[in-house]
Amino acid sequence: MNVHAKQPALHDAAPIAPLGTADGGRGGGIGRKVTSIYVYQAPVRIWHWVNALAILVLAVTGYLIGSPPTSIGGEASDHYLFGYIRFAHFAAGYVLAVGFAGRIYWAFVGNHHARQLFTLPVWSKRWWGEVAFELRWYLFLERQPKKYEGHNPLAQLAMFCFVTLGLSFMIVTGFALYAEGQQAGGWADVAFGWVIPLVGGSMTLHTLHHLGMWWIVIFMIIHIYVAIREDIMSRQSIVSTMISGHRTFKDDDPD
Amino acid sequence: MNTATETFYEVMRRQGITRRSFIKYCSLTAAALGLGPSFVPKIAHAMETKPRTPVIWVHGLECTCCSESFIRSAHPLVKDVVLSMISLDYDDTLMASAGHQAEAALEDTIERYRGNYILAVEGNPPLNEDGMYCIVGGKPFVEQLRHAAKDAKAIISWGACASFGCVQAAKPNPTRATPVHKVITDKPIIKVPGCPPIAEVMTGVITYMLTFDRLPELDRTGRPKMFYSQRIHDKCYRRPHFDAGQFVEAWDDEGARRGYCLYKVGCKGPTTYNACSTVRWNEGVSFPIQSGHGCIGCSEDGFWDKGGFYDRLENIQAFGIEGNADQIGGYAAAGVTGAVALHAAVSALKRAQHKPETDTSGKEDA
Repeated sequence: MNVHAKQPALHDAAPIAPLGTADGGRGGGIGRKVTSIYVYQAPVRIWHWVNALAILVLAVTGYLIGSPPTSIGGEASDHYLFGYIRFAHFAAGYVLAVGFAGRIYWAFVGNHHARQLFTLPVWSKRWWGEVAFELRWYLFLERQPKKYEGHNPLAQLAMFCFVTLGLSFMIVTGFALYAEGQQAGGWADVAFGWVIPLVGGSMTLHTLHHLGMWWIVIFMIIHIYVAIREDIMSRQSIVSTMISGHRTFKDDDPD
Repeated sequence: MNTATETFYEVMRRQGITRRSFIKYCSLTAAALGLGPSFVPKIAHAMETKPRTPVIWVHGLECTCCSESFIRSAHPLVKDVVLSMISLDYDDTLMASAGHQAEAALEDTIERYRGNYILAVEGNPPLNEDGMYCIVGGKPFVEQLRHAAKDAKAIISWGACASFGCVQAAKPNPTRATPVHKVITDKPIIKVPGCPPIAEVMTGVITYMLTFDRLPELDRTGRPKMFYSQRIHDKCYRRPHFDAGQFVEAWDDEGARRGYCLYKVGCKGPTTYNACSTVRWNEGVSFPIQSGHGCIGCSEDGFWDKGGFYDRLENIQAFGIEGNADQIGGYAAAGVTGAVALHAAVSALKRAQHKPETDTSGKEDA
């Protein structure tokens, strides 16, 4: 099922070698040959969009839980507004957590691109060199970006810090807070209740969870900007890849 | 060399308490501890057979609000606790003797009941300047605490001071006031925090320890679960207003008059574990939220340093600038958005500049 089996030797984060299609496409100038490769398998793509939706719901409802909407009048028994807001938050939290667990599972059974989110080649000098190269590209010091099948090394590093670590932090702190409502003895209390005294109390945990939301919001801003920018300025498709799964390249040049 | 101490029952009968009243008292105590009717005879039996437990009650840096609360206990009456249940052998606030006599009583109790007495600590020892910020009987309090703790069976940390440090340990804590469990590390310690703790919680803890001859089950921070396992919020009678989305927006607004939820004006009920919303205060008359003021979270660790009592979000001190999570996060997000906009503009400019060349230069590199 792995379409990428054609290119087994390639390391994800390394710039790819010229794709081995016939060189006939080179000469034309206008009629560039578009080569494509299957990168993101269906579970990864579904996870991406479900996760994005869950984060959107969580950020909006989470903000409202910290700063509730203006008070409504009438009988308390006629309304359940804040209850619904909190329900949406908890439901989306479960979706995110279960999705993340599924994503970890897919890192084991999926293709090697599915592992990029969880494994950083931190001992590879070359990889760090590529991170530096990407930084220079974003600082307008490089004229031409490199081609990558999966994430470029800088993107991989950012994904790890924001998504892998960020979501893990939000899941752990989130369920520790959820344990409070569930009360002592519930599964969340048994699994995550220890986090509360660890950080020095429930109030501090609320604050950390709140800061975590802004961490994710900052990621969203950068992520959407960079995805669109790379789609326009880099040499490969970005946005459509997360919909179709195929990475298409705009030129046949090596590297 | 234990002299035969009277049992609780004997003491009570000597004071003219009828057997009928005694059984009533046992039932009330069982109810207060959340125990079933089958425990009433067990409590009665314990009272009839066990000798009174000697208690030494010491005072460090504190305001005596714990004692003030304690002497107002209604179920059981503090009179019964002090005169019948325990043998309060040293408490410099309540005892008749003073000065050398009082200190002699302390030494005598430690000597006579070595390993069998309970040490109740109200307040905490300041450790700065060798403990000179709190002197008891001419010596730093920390020395008295260590001395009395050495032979104690167990220690009760009364109140937020002894349990967590309270206001004297709030930043910057100039006297280095330190909670008891960080000074005494080799004894079982039961924390009964609150500023002060509820009277019935204090006497309830003592009754439990006497009845079952062991510490009650404690939560992760060392507080007895029977009184500290539930949030104020989860048992608050204003909770339906919270779920409905009806909040007090400002003091004296319509919501405040209607008794809406105090969440937006900084009530710490959702982050505080205590029995106020169930047991309440002054014989169950009221508790802070019932009287229209939010919970300040006094039974939680470091509650003085968790932001204002009237703010929903905690202050975060970083680089000397104070802000809450929304302010800090909002500024950071705005900063990143600005950077992104700038970067996008430069990107567009660069692209416009290089467009004609890149087509050829890219080829030449290859």
